[in-house]
Amino acid sequence: MPKTAEETIGNAKKMTIICTKGSLDWAYPPFILGTTAAAMDVDVTMFFTFYGLELLKEKLNLQVTPLGNPAMSMPMGGMHMSMPNIVGMVPGVTAGASIMMKNLIKKKGVASIEELREAAVLSDVRMIACQMTLDLFELDKKDMIDEIEIGGAATWMESALESDINLYM
Amino acid sequence: MADETLDAKGLNCPLPILKAKKALKGMGDGQTLEVLSTDPGSIADFQAFCRTTGNELLEHSEAGGIYKFLIKRVV
Repeated sequence: MPKTAEETIGNAKKMTIICTKGSLDWAYPPFILGTTAAAMDVDVTMFFTFYGLELLKEKLNLQVTPLGNPAMSMPMGGMHMSMPNIVGMVPGVTAGASIMMKNLIKKKGVASIEELREAAVLSDVRMIACQMTLDLFELDKKDMIDEIEIGGAATWMESALESDINLYM
Repeated sequence: MADETLDAKGLNCPLPILKAKKALKGMGDGQTLEVLSTDPGSIADFQAFCRTTGNELLEHSEAGGIYKFLIKRVV
């Protein structure tokens, strides 16, 4: 998207983020850094590939799982509760943990991923969906938000080569 | 007295910064924005934000767990 003169003066630095994960906890770092960088006048490109494509779906239903994540302990009644892997395998535990996490997010005044993604759109963050993974997982661009473009490795490379910061998440 | 006030109390990182940026965008050169926040991380963040974007952090203070920032919009 072409920038106005005002937007290009000052800090004309660039950043790219490759987003490869589609769980609730992994959705935060790229969207927090992407939107904050844009707020600090950085030109941001986010490239979504593999499970990261989940983050571009019109309707988000992101989950977090305690399975295989011994560091995940949730505050509960003044204490912290973590779950042994065997409990994480029980049906419904992932859904329960996701609901708990979303409640915490709300209670603590943390932005939802929907809000951050909307902020990214409004601040002209360029969001590219990986064509190859769309094919691989038989995903349809129609199920994604409108503000994305489609591209591949070379599209990211071009941005990355002129960027000051390139992150992989 | 600031030209505009942004109440970001109760919001967590990065919302105070995102909302401040949005407010500043609609303001003219030299106008001032007062931001109220309860996020302790915003002390370091607003200083970094202002240093990077060229807007001027005129003052910041804390009283009763509420942080107050006065930012001058520099175009």
